Formats: sequence, C-alpha cells, structure tokens
Amino acid sequence: MNKPESISGGSSTRKSILYNGKTLAQNRADMYNTSKETGHYDGLKELKLKKSDPITFEKIFSKLRAGVVNARETAKKIAASPIVEQEGELCFTLYNTAGDCVCTSTGIIIHVGTMGMCIKYMIENNWEEDPTVNPGDMFTNNDCQIGNVHPCDIATIVPIFHEGKLVAWVGGVTHVIDTGAAGPGSMSNGQVQRFGDGVQITCRKTGINDKPMRDWQHEVQRNVRTPKYWILDERTRIAGDHMIRDIVEEVISDVGVETFLQFTSEIIEDGRRGLVKRINDILIPGKYNTVAFVDVPYMHEDVSVPSPFAKVDTIMHAPCTITVKPEATWRLDFEGCSRWGWHTYNANPTAFTSGIWVMMTQTVVPTERINDGSLFASEFRLPKGTWTNPNDRRTAHADAWHFLVSSWSSLWRAVSRGYFSRGYLEEVNAGNSNPCNWMQGGGFNQEEEIHAVNSFETAACGTGACAMKDGLNHAAAIWNPEGDMGDCEIWELAEPLLYMGRAIKSNTGGYGKYRGGMGFETLRMVHNSADWCMFFMGNGYMNSDWGLHGGYPSATGYRFEAHNTGLHKRIAEGKSLPMGHDWNPDEPDYENHLEPGAEVKRDSQCITTEAIFENGDLYLNYLRGGPGFGDPLDRTIENIEKDLNDVVLLEEYAVKIYGAKFTKNKEGYYTVDADATRARQKEMRKERHSRGTPVKEWMKGERQKILDKKASKQVQQMYASSFELSQPFLDKFRAFWTLPSDWLVTEKELGVPAFGAKHHMDLSQMPDVKTVVLVEE
Amino acid sequence: MSTTYTKKQVAELVDGVLDWETVRRMLFMPKDPDRFAMYIDVLQERQTWDDKIILPLGPHLYIVEDKNGDIVNKCDCGFVFGPYTENWKLNALIYVRDSVEKFNEVYPKLMSPDAEWQVYREYYCPIEECGVMHDVEAPTPWYPVIHDFEPDIAEFYKWVGLEAPKGIAA
Repeated sequence: MNKPESISGGSSTRKSILYNGKTLAQNRADMYNTSKETGHYDGLKELKLKKSDPITFEKIFSKLRAGVVNARETAKKIAASPIVEQEGELCFTLYNTAGDCVCTSTGIIIHVGTMGMCIKYMIENNWEEDPTVNPGDMFTNNDCQIGNVHPCDIATIVPIFHEGKLVAWVGGVTHVIDTGAAGPGSMSNGQVQRFGDGVQITCRKTGINDKPMRDWQHEVQRNVRTPKYWILDERTRIAGDHMIRDIVEEVISDVGVETFLQFTSEIIEDGRRGLVKRINDILIPGKYNTVAFVDVPYMHEDVSVPSPFAKVDTIMHAPCTITVKPEATWRLDFEGCSRWGWHTYNANPTAFTSGIWVMMTQTVVPTERINDGSLFASEFRLPKGTWTNPNDRRTAHADAWHFLVSSWSSLWRAVSRGYFSRGYLEEVNAGNSNPCNWMQGGGFNQEEEIHAVNSFETAACGTGACAMKDGLNHAAAIWNPEGDMGDCEIWELAEPLLYMGRAIKSNTGGYGKYRGGMGFETLRMVHNSADWCMFFMGNGYMNSDWGLHGGYPSATGYRFEAHNTGLHKRIAEGKSLPMGHDWNPDEPDYENHLEPGAEVKRDSQCITTEAIFENGDLYLNYLRGGPGFGDPLDRTIENIEKDLNDVVLLEEYAVKIYGAKFTKNKEGYYTVDADATRARQKEMRKERHSRGTPVKEWMKGERQKILDKKASKQVQQMYASSFELSQPFLDKFRAFWTLPSDWLVTEKELGVPAFGAKHHMDLSQMPDVKTVVLVEE
Repeated sequence: MSTTYTKKQVAELVDGVLDWETVRRMLFMPKDPDRFAMYIDVLQERQTWDDKIILPLGPHLYIVEDKNGDIVNKCDCGFVFGPYTENWKLNALIYVRDSVEKFNEVYPKLMSPDAEWQVYREYYCPIEECGVMHDVEAPTPWYPVIHDFEPDIAEFYKWVGLEAPKGIAA
C-alpha cells in the first residue's frame, strides 16, 4: 500500500521568498509532516489568535471570504461565455504559502483542491528556482495529470507578495467552452487518450508584471475553437485574482503580516475541527457500504473512436465503504473500483477527493468555512490503477464527471442513512441525479464563426427526494450548488439552435413516499449553422442513482434526434410542428409532425460522437430527474393527485406504481379516489408477496448463474477488471456467493482488448517530475 | 432563534407536515442534540409492539431490543429480520426486475435500464398483509447483496449521552 508519507523539502540555491527563510518545498514539508504527526493542521493544538482575539480572527475571515465571493460575482461579468456568465462555472480560492486552501468563493468549489494541487506541484518541482515565482507573475494550469478535473477547467494562479515575500496564492478557474480537443465542446468524448483531449498546460508561467505574455496568448488562442470566449475567460480569472490580491494587501495593512500568516494556518485547523464537530453532530459512527455504476456503451455504431482497443462496452464500478470513526473523523475506501479506460471519463485522486467536497458542502458541511482543513480530518483510499487513480499518463479526462457524479450519488445516499437514523430527516437526500445530457457540438455558427457549444442546462436537474418532502424539480447539479438552467434567449444567442420547447419531463423523478425532483427537456432545432455536428453524452442503459429506503431510482436517459425533418417546409406551409413535451417515448408524437422520410433515432444510446446535423434537424436535450425516498405505497393520495394534475406523472404509472384509481373531468382535472386507491394498494402488497422469493433461495439461482458465467460481456468485464485490481474485492465476492476458491473471470477469457491492464506508465516515471500524493493508493 | 424543537414538531417532521419555516430553521441552524431521543419517543409511541427501538433503519424498519434482551432488526408489522449485526435483506423477499416487461411496470421502456447492464432488486417484508418495500437496489447482475449500514451503536450512544443496551457489543 502506498500511503501518503512524510515529504522532504528538497533544496534551493536561491534566496528564500518566504518570511521564515525556508524554501517553498521545505515550508510545505514542515507544515504537512507536522499536521500528520500531531493530527492538527500545522501542529496547532491551540488556536492562539482565535482564542486571544476572536474579533480580529472573524474580521479577517469575513473580509477574505467576502473578497473571494465578490471577486467571483464581479469578474464573471467580464466573461462572454454563458457557461461562466449565466451558469457561474467559476470559482476563486485563496491559499496559504503551502498551497492549502484558506477560503473559497461560491461556484464550482471542486477547484479548492485542484488549484491547490497545482500550487503544490509547482512547490514540489521547484518552480521557485525555475521558472521562478515573482510578484506580478501568473501561472496557468489545466493538466489533469496534476489534479485538474478535466482540461476545460482553466486555472490562473497568482502569487501574492508583501515586502518582496510570498504570503499567499490566489487561484481563479473558469470552465471554458472549448479546449481544442478532437471533438468540439468542453467535454467531448471521441478521443480516448490525453493526446486528443485538448490543449494541456502544465503550471506554465503565462504572465509577468500583471500582464499575460504575448507568446502565450498567440499560441493558445489558435489551439482552441473559441478564442473570443477564451480571451474573456482569462481576463475574468485575472481580474478576480487581482481583486483578491488587493483584499489580502488591505488585510495585511490592517492587522500586520505576522497576524495574517498566523490566520492562514489557524483557519485551516479551524476548518478541520469544524468537520469533526459536524460529523459528531449529524452522523452515526459505523460503516456505510455503498456502490455505484454507470454505462460506457462504446460498441454502438454511433460511437466513433480512433483506436480499436477502445471499442468495447464497459461499466464503471465504484464501491465505497465510509467508516465514521469514534473520534468523528472518517475514512472513504474505494477498494474494488474498476480500471481506468480508453475514454474521457477517468478521474484523478484530486478531482475525486476535491469533488467530494462540492457534494459535502451541500450536506455534511454546509458552511462558508470550507477549506483544506476538511481534508486533514478525512482519509481517502483510492487504489492505484483504478479509474479514480490511473497509473498511466495517457488517460483522457474531458468528461470525468460521467464517472464522478455517478460515484458520488452513492455517497450522498450513504450519509443520508445516518441522518435518517439520527432523526435529522430534513437533511436526507436519496442521492443526486446524474446531471446530464451534455448537449455538445460545433461547426460554423449563426455569426459565421468557428464555434463549439456545451449546453449547461444540465446545471438544473432534479434533486433527490428528502425524507420529509419531494425532491426539487429542475433545480441543481451536484457539481455546482448554485444550479441554473440559463435563459433560453441567452442560449439561443450562444448556439445556432432554436428552442422548439422547454418543459418539465414527466416520470423522470424516482417514485417513492417522496418522489425525486423532475428533470426537464428542451427540443432544439438546428438553425443558421453550417458544417455543423452534435453529439450526446449521458447515461442510457443504466442508472447511476438508486433511491433510498424503498424509493425507486430515477428514470434513465434516452436519445432522440431527427434528420431530414422537412421542418422548414412545414413552417412555410403552416403545418403542425414538434413542440415541447416528448410525453412518453414509448408512444412517440414528435414523429407525427415531421415530413415523410425523416430519419429518427430513438434509443438508449446516450453516448455518441460527432454526427452531422443540418439546419432543420432536431435534438432533444433531456435533463435527468432525481431518485425517490420510501415505499411508493406510502405516498399520500393528495400528492399522487397533485402529480397527475401537475402533469409530472403519466396516468399509466399512477396506476402501476401507486395503485391510483382516479377520474378525469372535461377540463382535464384528475380526482383520485382515496378509498379505492388504498384498497388497490392492499392488493399490491399481496402481489409483492406472491412474486417475491426468499433472498436465500434467490441466491442459489444467482450463484448458479455466476458459476455458469451467464451475464453480458460488459458485466463480466467489469468484474474481471475489479478482480484483477483488488484481491479483497475478489475474496468478498467469492465468500458471499460461496464460490470455489479458484473461481475467477478474466478479461482474457472474455476476448475483450485490455490495453493498459498489464502495460502502463505513470506520470511519476517521467524524468524530473515529482508527483504530489495526498491519498492512500 | 432556537435550535430546540418540541416533540410535536419532531412528530410533524416524521409525518412530512412540519411547516417550512421550521424546516428551514432546522436546516440552517446548528443541530439540536436532543433530536434523537425525541425521535425515538415519537416512533416508539406509534408501534404496536413493546420492543425498545434502539435505532431506526428506515421508515418501517428498526433495530430493537426485544423482551429477551436480544438486539434484532424488526419491521413495523412485527416481523423480525434477524440479529442487528446481520444484513436484514437476507431474510426479506426479493423481486428482481431483469426484463423489458418487468422494467416497463415501473418506467416507459426507453426510460428504464437495459437488463443486460443493470437490474432492480426490490426487497419486501415477507408478511403478506405488510409487504412493505424496504429497499430497492440497482446493481449489475451477480452483485452481492449490499449490507448498507453497520452502525457502531455502542459508540453512537456515547455520542448522544445515552446508555447502550446490554445486548450491544461494545
């Protein structure tokens, strides 16, 4: 086991840029090692400043926190990209001299860790000496091998100096609309390796004297499809960083540099204590066992990949055991995860652990005082070679979220079991939706410019049900707590795609005593484009959320696209058009409003690569719902009736799921007969009894299927991949099913290519590279 | 604003009828440490059996101390799912949705999983008149039945200042 161990500080011949006279690496090593040894950040068993002068302590925090939030709100107005300006896909964070987060703004706060890792990488690889770190410098990073989530998250890091000494770092990140990957859009999926994943910048010095360098700008603008957005996004980041630098200078002027430096350590220890307190207040010690899956259906003809070894159907497997310890710290162990793959859904440990804080700030630690202290109260185990911690430097990451959000849904469900048992029902969330589809594409837009799109309507999916109320409809995404679907009119300005409708999507929230929040759907018609392509990205053959305590998972996704529609002719002739709802995909209606000869694709293939879309073609962007809570037969009659009248529940499923008996009047208003419905529900309980099998009996049959190896190839490949990486998972599997000690399924016997399984090369094997490891591997 | 709530408010929370203003306060104020004891009281009063609730596991499922001092998993209806240290699911009924037809009872065909990739496993109470669905799993075929939660009750009772029952392994 490769545990994060003590780190050495290295050496430098240059004069120290720190007040304490140390090199950056020695400074970080001392802080890190002392934290590990003492269990307190930087060895701070006492918070002297907070204790002796709590008013000053809180004033500093308030000023810095307000500063980073204000910088975000102000700077985002510079951006032209609706992803940043409308959706708020940006974040600013202040770090201490060791690259540990002091405080962060709202927004995509996953980057608390990713930008911190970038700073740590510069520290550990002696950027101090070459290319040097000076006042007025800027560094740019989007390298996923260092810690970034995916290449489209571009970070600009600025060191903050006082009297010529480094006192802090500030980082700003925006999600850019295109990175020049093999396919257009920020999270494209045709590429299968880093080398097609878009422009990659490794902590590069890109500015001096507060100005971006000309060679950098000339180079990078031509490496992406959307230079206009790129330039304004960079100015957004620089402006925000500099606003925060000004605030830090003001604080130092107010309290003195010594107090400021003391604060930047104490606040992190305070954050560590905050998480411990919150775990103690809200959770229950013990083990929470959970798991998540999501589909990678690459065998389909509409998925084009450059490498034959990538043309396989696979399944992401993410088992997790969360152990809440008696001392109210916790350990998250992902033993058994499947291997990384030849697709763009791989993550790295920092994306994984930092991303978990995006989720946890919405549940366990909903506080503005989130910083790296939480990390010091947590242990993560991400086995090397899995998709959470690839052991090969070729991996692609453009849509790491496909796996990340899927795996985190199970974590939210797990902690919610603790909340429920403890009586904090208001905190329960059955899980998160899989926030997709990602509607992407590119070509020439309505301005006759080379363009790329990635619709962030997915920032407003349905949330999971609570234990005392339904989930929220079209409200949020796990990766951005401030979800917003954006205005149609703004999207139409940014994309050559007209809205033919935008509506709540019926039956998308998982059923239950409390149902999951509904997703929504928008039907887009390609308009005024040229040489235009689009593709789909989401889950279709599988759910990644499950429902909790008897609630159902939400609906899976599906794909609808239509070509050669004749819509322009129909518009000219005043004929009916496909508008708004795709009510029930099993009884399609859009097709009734297309000209004969239209080519329609309706299926579960929710991952595709670039397909040609002509003007007048249709694309359904279906955004998912959230999972349900509790037995659906416990849902109140009033709520069933409301679902019918709100048109979020198809009649057929009101009958099948809730046993509803109802009438519908001439105005279309439903009335549910309570007595008749309850009588039907009694019968349904008996029907459950009739169709159910004792679990131990069922296990005998399932065991035989395993012995006979009866399962689809993708299911067996998933197990084979996890078995190869994890003897403990294999042992548990054999023990549960009482299988022979030599029972095994391997990728070799399945006949699927397994490039990367035996032969791989990690970033740490590159010359002159010192990787930063913060998790057990 | 108070972070202490009345038993009536906790009962209304359990019933899903608590006013939103109070729910909001519960969400953004520090947690009320006496919630657990009050919650157990509310749930205990609603049971038809006398066993003492030690920890709720779901809306209809509890870890209880029975009259012999044994700690077991128990349904609202009185069915006992075995010792609390074991996975209650192993003593439940299961129904697996593993075909287009079975999935279509729950979702339109295009909005449900493909059984070649994933199945739904519904766990019911085995008592015919009860038949409550305690959980739905959505794994791949072959997946071991998941033991969702193994609470450390002895330690938890220390956290909330209560005495753990004798049958709990320390």
